[in-house]
Amino acid sequence: MAAAKEIRSQIGSIKNTQKITSAMEMVAASKMRKAQERMTASQPYAQLIRRVVSHIAKTNPEYRHEYMIEREVKRVGYIVVSSDRGLAGGLNVSVFKAVTREAKYWHEKGIEVDYAALGSKANVFFRNHGGNLVAGKSGLGEAPAVDDLIGSVSVMLKAFDEGQLDRLYVVHNEFVNTMTQKPVVRQLLPLQAPADDDEEETRASGSWDYLYEPDAKTLLDHLLVRYVESQVYQAVVENVACEQAARMIAMKNATDNAGNLIDDLELVYNKARQAAITQEISEIVGGAAAV
Amino acid sequence: MASFQCDIVSAEKAIFSGNAEQLVAAGVSGDLGILHGHAPLLTELKPGPIRVTREDGEEEVYFVTGGFLEVQPEVVSVLADTATRAHDLNEAAAEEARQEALRAMGDKQSDLDYTRAAAELAEAVAQLRTIQQLREKGGRG
Repeated sequence: MAAAKEIRSQIGSIKNTQKITSAMEMVAASKMRKAQERMTASQPYAQLIRRVVSHIAKTNPEYRHEYMIEREVKRVGYIVVSSDRGLAGGLNVSVFKAVTREAKYWHEKGIEVDYAALGSKANVFFRNHGGNLVAGKSGLGEAPAVDDLIGSVSVMLKAFDEGQLDRLYVVHNEFVNTMTQKPVVRQLLPLQAPADDDEEETRASGSWDYLYEPDAKTLLDHLLVRYVESQVYQAVVENVACEQAARMIAMKNATDNAGNLIDDLELVYNKARQAAITQEISEIVGGAAAV
Repeated sequence: MASFQCDIVSAEKAIFSGNAEQLVAAGVSGDLGILHGHAPLLTELKPGPIRVTREDGEEEVYFVTGGFLEVQPEVVSVLADTATRAHDLNEAAAEEARQEALRAMGDKQSDLDYTRAAAELAEAVAQLRTIQQLREKGGRG
């Protein structure tokens, strides 16, 4: 019966693991709801500021801000958003894959790449695999605050201001739905005039300008920095929602797999027990016949 | 009167979205009144009230602590740092904040504290201004 006992204890340990994963699934599900609410709450601001900035990109301004001028690309920067904790399926890996793809593309052109890592997983990734990490922030938690991000963002913006970076991208997971998250790479700087999908915008681009108060330079300086911050913040908040959704799915799968494993082991256990009983009976019968 | 699309958002949530006939906001270079067909304009906002006259003539007052205002002939967007409905403002709390800020400015410990206190004072004064406007409106009606 030694084999049967071993199987028993194996089943016991899998059951314990299953309890943990199913608890984690439920925790992730409730956290996901909150994260999703946070994501939708901050979306209007991010969308509106994007609309305003896209209008600005179409103007013919008296003063062209650094952030609006396309330069020759010598060095690019990536802000990589990841989660702080693991056990979330392929969430972070798919972001890192996207980053690696981008980095390869630039390297082939002989262009250097700088990174800013948000979330401890990204920090660990760049430490292990190399990559020129210029700014990092870990431990953003479930409700990230804009203040936590400003440090890393301003490092990148300063590099851009000083001409060390010629382009700035942000990489994060996009929340498609609970089942699907996909990594996206978005260019933050220089600003791109988006494709004309605005229904209200029929005027030709470049033929008009705003009235600026107090003046174009001060205003655009403030507004564009705010724009970048809000886009990065939105990326982080969205990534948190993705993290919880991915963890929920990953833990659900783990719980299901544990269930299957237990069923299989129960079968093996029953077979072993039956075999032991049969053997005992045949031994008794054999013994009786010999007497 | 012709109306325009008006959106007010703060970093946390959408505050107002709908058609409006008139919008009055406190820009850094002075108060602005916006009607339909205003020339494109971008301005920073001071802490202060934003008054929106809806299509049905109802007036709504919001309080913002700063932000940006974008005007297009048909669309007006307010990107507020934080925005609250003026009805939710508490006059006593605002007055207390003003006193607190004045006191903090009185004992100038460091420049940093001073600038922060000055910003807090500006905010408290703006809140009080919003409440006063709200009360005047109530008195008239």
